[in-house]
Amino acid sequence: MNILYLLIPLGLVLLGIALWAFMWAVRSGQFEDMEGPAHRMLMDDDDPRVPRRQKSAEKPLPDENK
Amino acid sequence: MTNLLAACYHCGLEVPPQSNYSVCIDDKPQPMCCPGCAAVAQAIVDNQLTDYYRYRSAPAITARELVPAELQQLTIFDNPKLQQQFVTTTAQDDIKEASLILEGIVCAACVWLNERHVGSLPGVVEFRVNYTTHRATVKWNETRIKLSDILQAITAIGYQAHPVDAQRQELVHQRERYRALRRLAVAGLGAMQVMMLSVALYAGTYYGIDATLAQFFRWVSLLVATPVVLYAALPFYRSAWRDLRLRRLGMDVPVALSIIAAFAASAYATVLQQSDVYFDSITMFIFFLLSGRYLEMQARHRAGETAEALVKLIPAMATRLAPTGLEQIIPVSELVPGDVVRVKPGETIPADGKVRAGTSSVDESLLTGESLPVRKLHEQLVIGGSVNIESPLEILIDKVGADTVLAAIQRLLDRAQTEKPDIARLADKVASYFVAALFIVALGVGALWWSSGPLQAFWIVIAVLVVTCPCALSLATPVALIAATGRLMQAGVLTTRGHALETLARVTHVVFDKTGTLTYARLRVDAVEICSNLAREQIIQIAAALERSSEHPLAQAIVQFAPHASVHATDCLATPGAGMEGTIDTVRYRIGRPDFAVPAGKQVSLDTTRQQTAIVLADTATVHAVFYLQDELRPDAVQTVRTLQTMGVQVVLLSGDRHAVVAQVAQQLGIHDWRGAVLPQEKLRQVQQLQATGAVVAMLGDGVNDAPVLAAAQVSIAMGSGTQLAQASSDMVLLSERLLPVVFALRMARLTQRIIRQNLAWAILYNLLALPLAAMGWIAPWMAGIGMSASSLLVVLNALRLRRPNEEITLA
Repeated sequence: MNILYLLIPLGLVLLGIALWAFMWAVRSGQFEDMEGPAHRMLMDDDDPRVPRRQKSAEKPLPDENK
Repeated sequence: MTNLLAACYHCGLEVPPQSNYSVCIDDKPQPMCCPGCAAVAQAIVDNQLTDYYRYRSAPAITARELVPAELQQLTIFDNPKLQQQFVTTTAQDDIKEASLILEGIVCAACVWLNERHVGSLPGVVEFRVNYTTHRATVKWNETRIKLSDILQAITAIGYQAHPVDAQRQELVHQRERYRALRRLAVAGLGAMQVMMLSVALYAGTYYGIDATLAQFFRWVSLLVATPVVLYAALPFYRSAWRDLRLRRLGMDVPVALSIIAAFAASAYATVLQQSDVYFDSITMFIFFLLSGRYLEMQARHRAGETAEALVKLIPAMATRLAPTGLEQIIPVSELVPGDVVRVKPGETIPADGKVRAGTSSVDESLLTGESLPVRKLHEQLVIGGSVNIESPLEILIDKVGADTVLAAIQRLLDRAQTEKPDIARLADKVASYFVAALFIVALGVGALWWSSGPLQAFWIVIAVLVVTCPCALSLATPVALIAATGRLMQAGVLTTRGHALETLARVTHVVFDKTGTLTYARLRVDAVEICSNLAREQIIQIAAALERSSEHPLAQAIVQFAPHASVHATDCLATPGAGMEGTIDTVRYRIGRPDFAVPAGKQVSLDTTRQQTAIVLADTATVHAVFYLQDELRPDAVQTVRTLQTMGVQVVLLSGDRHAVVAQVAQQLGIHDWRGAVLPQEKLRQVQQLQATGAVVAMLGDGVNDAPVLAAAQVSIAMGSGTQLAQASSDMVLLSERLLPVVFALRMARLTQRIIRQNLAWAILYNLLALPLAAMGWIAPWMAGIGMSASSLLVVLNALRLRRPNEEITLA
């Protein structure tokens, strides 16, 4: 059981890391929008009919399917 | 006529029988209820964004057709002086950043639609929408696109965007949220670690454990629990201290006392190498309480933010005319009596004053409830906050700031608000008696046990305090309210005050305002009476052709009544306040007020029983037709009123509009209790009279003139499309253009009430059972901790049932 004297302090170190990671996440705004990203990933961005964002939208679109 | 029961593809409302708007979406024509929705759907199709209709999970907000002048007004946001308030310049030159509030977001597809549409505008660098807060951040290149163009693009797809100053309130809220999250993390992670060690200790008491190891576990538990008690639980100490200083006993007093006492005793026991440590109970207790508080705060912030930001939008800039005739754009706050301002059509009049030059009609519906625009001639008084409609006015300002009519109404509102019965205060009072009783019982129990040793007495007292901790009791109501509020938010009802749902469940009378609430505050042709031998279709076409060049709401209503334009008028001439004339196929026609349009020597018999606004179409010899116009009822008004009545609620209609008009609306909706031509003060008195007879009144309104009544009613509900002020002071806001969510809210409120009763019953039952057991000394503090947590958890889970879609309470 002596290994516990090593493992438990090690657990505490991990606890500290977890806490630090969480603080970082809070600071960098990961908890700002809890609902949006879940939906956003389901929306297709690569549909050829959808006008491209920014850079390609500034140039005329290459005639893709019509 | 074929689509009698069809629903608008865009917003889901019933398509009115006589209209036939449709838009081709994915190669299939889809019905639309109004030109507003049709225009928005067309814009979505034109921008190849039809995927929106596949992804969305809720129908869109009914789009409003925008008058060109309203779009014009957005250009005011390009003014650099005004931009200072909400635009930040980034490190790169020409790239600017602003925060916008988006109105009309109902589902995730709305976010997608906005990001895609605005993001593809040339010159927009970044456009991100936060789905939770309905805020958007936009970065754009000033040399390539103007802010007003971005705002117009958002308007084109059926949403409304307002720039907001994100600096103050928002930052305070963000800081508060971050702090709460950090506390929650410390408490949560700490509780998990301590619990792990405690399980080992509990198991050790049964199966035996090495004494040094057990002591090591206790020291580690103390180490982990210390930051939880000292940092995470800080809000409880603060609030308990505040309560004590004010000589009150709040819920937080026993909470703070239990935490401190249990921690001190456990730490003492650890140092003295005794076995009674309860770090697990303490940390779990803190974590549960913090979670509840966090959810509560989140809901409070979200409710407050929308309303607050909208208030800030009340007129920002005015055009002042210098004596030399030069136009100057200045902030409204800099206006002084004696200034002359120019107000273009579509703009809001910035302060009270007299007309110095020009004649126009002014929309005062927000202030007086009068549904028709009022004519303003030379030297007549105009009220700040009303909207100029027809032609430019020069106004000599005579009252600004606190002296204006608008400010007076606001003061009335303040007074009414302070008179509001404060249910929350009552709840606090009950809680403080409960806590006082708890302390007396705990002390009594301690005294009885004193003889069997101070240490045992101490732990029994702690067990009593923890086990009877009123947290299930104090969670019972807020958790249910939060769950219900979230569910209502999804249904398009924003709750801004905590007590709203509680009171709504007890409502006996629902009082409606007419203009802007039951109706759209928008005119529509109700009937056409043909007086000559011309065909009905032809008459409608002629009328629409004449009115097309006018911006007047009456004219717009007639233009909208004609399904398409096939006739064109030449030599159109407007006579302000009277009507239009023009030539079609060599015939000179006049359309407008009867005294203007009816040819000399002719008579027209108006149907006076209709009591509506009559517009006459005539040529130089004969009268062709009479158009009767009226304010358009919301399509779901009838259903809403009927459902409310079947739910056993009395429906009352109070309106500032003319008697006859109100009578007709009341008859259409089946409302027996109605009054017309009532002034704001009179409305207030009527509601107070109802309340004096014991009625619990919910008031639905829109408009500044309703604000005092809204505040006096036990529950006030404002239409989201209505005045900012009415929203800010109301308990609930309907975010869509629909009325039916009121019915949903009422059903939800009643269900919430039931859940709260169940929760309270459980909490009380639990305390009644646990208190004697703890007092007998049969419950160790750790059992008390588990009991308390389990009881709180049960209450929370019960409340979460409200979030589930429930057939029993679905819309109508």
